[in-house]
Amino acid sequence: MQRSRRLKLLIFRWVVLVVVGVFFLAPLAAMFEFSTRGNAINAPRTLEGWTLVGQTPGLVKGIIVSLELAVITPLAMLVLLLPTMVWVRLRLPSLKRIVEFVCLLPLTVPAIALVVGLKPIYIWIEINVSPLTQVLAFAYLILILPYSYRTLDAGLAAMDLKTLSEAARSLGAGWATVMLRVVVPNMSSAILNASLLSVALVLGEYTVANLLNFQNLQVEIQYVSLTTSNTATAVALGSLLFAFILLLVLSFIGRSRGRRTRAEEIIPSSASSAGIWGQRV
Amino acid sequence: MASTTAARPSGGRRFSLSWVGAVPFFAYVGLFLLLPTGIIVVGSFFTKDGSLTLANFADIDKPYIIKSFTNSLIISSVSAAIGAVVGAVLAYAVVTGDPNGTLRRLVTSAAGVLAQFGGVALAIALIATVGSEGFVTKFLLARGLNIYAGGLWIYEPIGIILVYLYFQIPLMVLVFLPALDGLRPQWREATESLGGSTWHYWRYVAGPLLAPSFLGCTLLLFANAFSAYATVAALLTQGGVYITLEIQNLLTSETEQTQPGLAQALALTMIVIVVLVTSLYTVLQSRTSKWLR
Amino acid sequence: MKWSSPVRQLGLAVVAFLLVAACGSSPGGTASCNAKTATSATDCGGIDGLVTAAKAEGALNVIALPPDWANYGAVIAGFTAKYGIPINSANPNGSSQQEVDAFDGTPNAPDVVDVGQAVALANTAKFAPYKVATWNDIPAGAKEPTGLWFNDYGGYMGIGYDSSKVPGGTISSVADLLGSGFKGKVALAGDPTKSNQGLNGVIMAGVANGGSLDDVSKGVDFFKQLKKAGNYVPVVGTAATVKAGQTPVLFEWDYLSTSHGKDVSTWKIFVPSNAIIGGYYSQAINKAAPHPAAARLWMEYLYSDAGQNLWLKGGARPVRMAAMTTAGTLDAAAAAALPQVPGTPQVPTGDQTSKASAYVVANWSQAVS
Repeated sequence: MQRSRRLKLLIFRWVVLVVVGVFFLAPLAAMFEFSTRGNAINAPRTLEGWTLVGQTPGLVKGIIVSLELAVITPLAMLVLLLPTMVWVRLRLPSLKRIVEFVCLLPLTVPAIALVVGLKPIYIWIEINVSPLTQVLAFAYLILILPYSYRTLDAGLAAMDLKTLSEAARSLGAGWATVMLRVVVPNMSSAILNASLLSVALVLGEYTVANLLNFQNLQVEIQYVSLTTSNTATAVALGSLLFAFILLLVLSFIGRSRGRRTRAEEIIPSSASSAGIWGQRV
Repeated sequence: MASTTAARPSGGRRFSLSWVGAVPFFAYVGLFLLLPTGIIVVGSFFTKDGSLTLANFADIDKPYIIKSFTNSLIISSVSAAIGAVVGAVLAYAVVTGDPNGTLRRLVTSAAGVLAQFGGVALAIALIATVGSEGFVTKFLLARGLNIYAGGLWIYEPIGIILVYLYFQIPLMVLVFLPALDGLRPQWREATESLGGSTWHYWRYVAGPLLAPSFLGCTLLLFANAFSAYATVAALLTQGGVYITLEIQNLLTSETEQTQPGLAQALALTMIVIVVLVTSLYTVLQSRTSKWLR
Repeated sequence: MKWSSPVRQLGLAVVAFLLVAACGSSPGGTASCNAKTATSATDCGGIDGLVTAAKAEGALNVIALPPDWANYGAVIAGFTAKYGIPINSANPNGSSQQEVDAFDGTPNAPDVVDVGQAVALANTAKFAPYKVATWNDIPAGAKEPTGLWFNDYGGYMGIGYDSSKVPGGTISSVADLLGSGFKGKVALAGDPTKSNQGLNGVIMAGVANGGSLDDVSKGVDFFKQLKKAGNYVPVVGTAATVKAGQTPVLFEWDYLSTSHGKDVSTWKIFVPSNAIIGGYYSQAINKAAPHPAAARLWMEYLYSDAGQNLWLKGGARPVRMAAMTTAGTLDAAAAAALPQVPGTPQVPTGDQTSKASAYVVANWSQAVS
C-alpha cells in the first residue's frame, strides 16, 4: 500500500514539476534567445544587447536607483514597522487588530487607484522635500506593508516576546538593546523574509513609478524596449535572474539560522512541530 | 500571551505615554495611505467647480467603460481560476518534498520574484516567446504550425490571460503553501487505518479542510489580476479596453481637465470591488487557519 | 525614558534620509540674467550670457525625444558636447499630450517640449514666450507672434511597411490594408487621442478614403473597419516593434521610416498620392521650467544652422530650410536624400488639427474597442 502510493506520488510530482517547469522556463529561454539576435535576418548571434546595457545611461541610472530603493525601503520598513509591532504587542494590545487591518489595506487599494490619490501628495514632496526618484520609498513602504506585516507577525508569534523582553529589561537593558539584541536575533529569518519580499517588490515595481513620472528600473526597461528590444530584453531577463538568485541565496542563509533558534525554544510552535514530522503527506 | 498583566506594572503613567510609540506608524500610514484614499473618495463625489455630485459615477455608464470593467472581470476570473488550480497542484508537488530541500527553496524564490515582477518583464517575455517573431512562434512555423492562422491573439483577452498566469500561478503557490503545510500526516494515516483510499482522503478529509483556503486564495488571485496595471500597460501600448488602462488614460487625457472626478470615481469603484473580494478572502482564511495552524 | 529608543531611532532615520535627499538635490544656480522672463538672448546679455546662466543651472530636462526620431540622438549629444550641460531625457516614446501633462511644477518637469500643433495651440497658457536669434527665418504662419511656440521640423505622413511581410511585396493604396493578407499587421505610431503622429495617421487615412482635412470621421471609420477585420494591432509602433516584427505595417512620418530602414532592410514607405498630409511639430518653453536659461539655450541651439542640419540628416524638413537654402548653409547631401513627395501636399491648419483632435478624442475609444 505504502509503496504504490509513494510511487504514484513520485510520478505525480515529477510530471507536475516538469510540465510547470517547461511552462515557466520557456519564456526565460526565449528572452535569452531574443536578446542575442543579430540585426538582419541571417546576422550572427551577438551579445550586443547585453554589453550595450552599460552604455545606455538611462538604464544604468534606473538600475542604480532601483537598487538604492531596494535597500532603503526594507530598512525603512524595519525601522517603522518592527518597533511598532513590538510596542503594540507589549504595551498596546488593543491596537493589534487596527494595525493588522491597516497593514492589509494596501492589498485592497490597487496601486493604480492609490496613485490617483498619491499624485498631489507627491507633487508637494517633489517641490518641498526632494525631486529625486528615491522619494518613491515613501510609497513603496506602503506597498510592502501587507507582506511584511504577515511575515514579521508570524516571526513575533513564534518567539515569547513578553518573557524575553521583560527578562532583558529587568537585567537593565534599554529598549534599543532589547530590539537589537533580543528581538532581532530571535526572528532573523522572518526579518530576512520580509526584507526579501520587499526587495522583490521594489525591483519589480512599475505602476507607481510610471504614473508619478519617475524613472526606476522597470520604467527604464519599458522605455528602452520601445527603441532597442535586444537591450531591453537583456535587462528584463537580468533583473529577473538577479532577484531570483538573491532570494534563493538568502533563503539558504535564513532557513538554517531559523532552524537553530527554534530547536532551542522551550515553547513549541506549530512551525517546529512541522519540522518534527519529517515525512510529508 | 497574558497581555493584560503586562499592562499593569507601570500604573497610571502608562496610559498617557504608551500610545506615543504607535504615533510614527499611524502618522506615516495616515499620510501615505489614508489620505490618498480619502482624496479619491472625496474627489469622486465632486465636480471640477467643487459642487457635490454623483455625475462622475453616472458617466461609468459609457459603453467602453462598461466594456473595460467586463473585460477586466473576465480576464481576472479566468486567470484566477486557472492559476489557482495549477498553483495548488504545483504547491502540493512542492510540499510533499523535503521541507528544507533545494526544490522548495527554488520554487518559493522563483514564485516570490515572479509574483511581484509582473508588467514589463512579462510583456517582454511574452513577445519574445510567442510574439510574431517569437522563439516558439518561429519554431512551430518551421514545423508547419502557424499559431496565428486565426488572427493575432496575444493582444486579445486570451493572450492577456496567458501572460497573467505567469504571476498568478506563483502567487497561488506562495499563499497556498502555508495551508498545505498544515496538513498533518496523522490525518492521512488515520484515513488509511480506517480503510480509506487516496480518494477518500481528499474527498472527506483534506478537501473540506483546504476548501476555504483554496477559495480564499482564488479570490486573492482575482483581486490581484483585477488590480494589475503594469502588464497590460506594457503589452498594449496603444491602449486596450481594461479598467486599469482606462484609469491611466483618464489621468492623462484632456478629459481629465474637464472631468477630473471620473478617474477618481473609477478608482473608487475598483477599490470597492477589491475590498469586497479581499474581505471574503480574510474570512475564508481565518476559517481554514482554525484547523491548520 | 518613555520617548523610547524605537521612536528615537525612527526619528534619526527619517532625519538622515531627508538630509541625504536634500544633499542630493542641488538648487538652481544663480543666473546672471533673469532667464525666467527673458524673451530673447539679448535679455541675457547675448548668447554668451545665456550660456553662462545655462551652465550655472547645470542640466536640461527634455521629454519624448526618441534618439532615432529626426536624429534627436545626435542633437542631444551635440548639445551636451558643445555646452557641457547634461540632458535628462524622460519618457522617450511619450506623446505630445503627455509632454504637457508632465508640467507638474516639480523640478523633474520638462523644460522644453516638442509637440504637435493641436497640443501647442491648446496649451499656450503654459508656455513662456521666446524669440530665437534666427527668428526672422521662420515663416510667419509657422510661429506664434510673441514666441509662445514655433515650428521646428516637419514631414509627410506615410505608411511604412516591411515588403517581405506584405502580400505582393507592395502597397498601392490605403484601402489595401483592409485585405486579409494584413491580419494582425497594421499599427499606428502613436495613440491618436494623445499623439500628433497618431492623429495625422488617422487624418491621412480619412483623406485617402474620401474625407477631407475638415472631416476626420472617415479616418476613424477606417480604423474601425481595420479593427473589425482583425488587421489592427493595439500596439504603438516604434523602432523596437518594427525590428521585433510586431508592427510590419505602420502609419508614420516619412522621416521615421528612413531610420527604420536601417533596422529592417526590406522596409519601404508608401505615401498615397491623393492624401499627402504634411505636418510640422512645434517647440515651446515651459513657463515654470526648472532650468529656464538652459531651456532658452537649447532653443538657440536647435535653430542654429548646426541644429537644423542635424534634423535634416534625420530625414525631416527643418523649418528654416528655405532661408538656409538661400544662404547656402543647408546640408545639400542630406537635402537630396529626403524622401520623395509624389504630388501636392496638404497641410492642415491649426484649426483643422484642433477640430480633428477633438473628434478623435471623443470617438476613438468607441471605434477601436
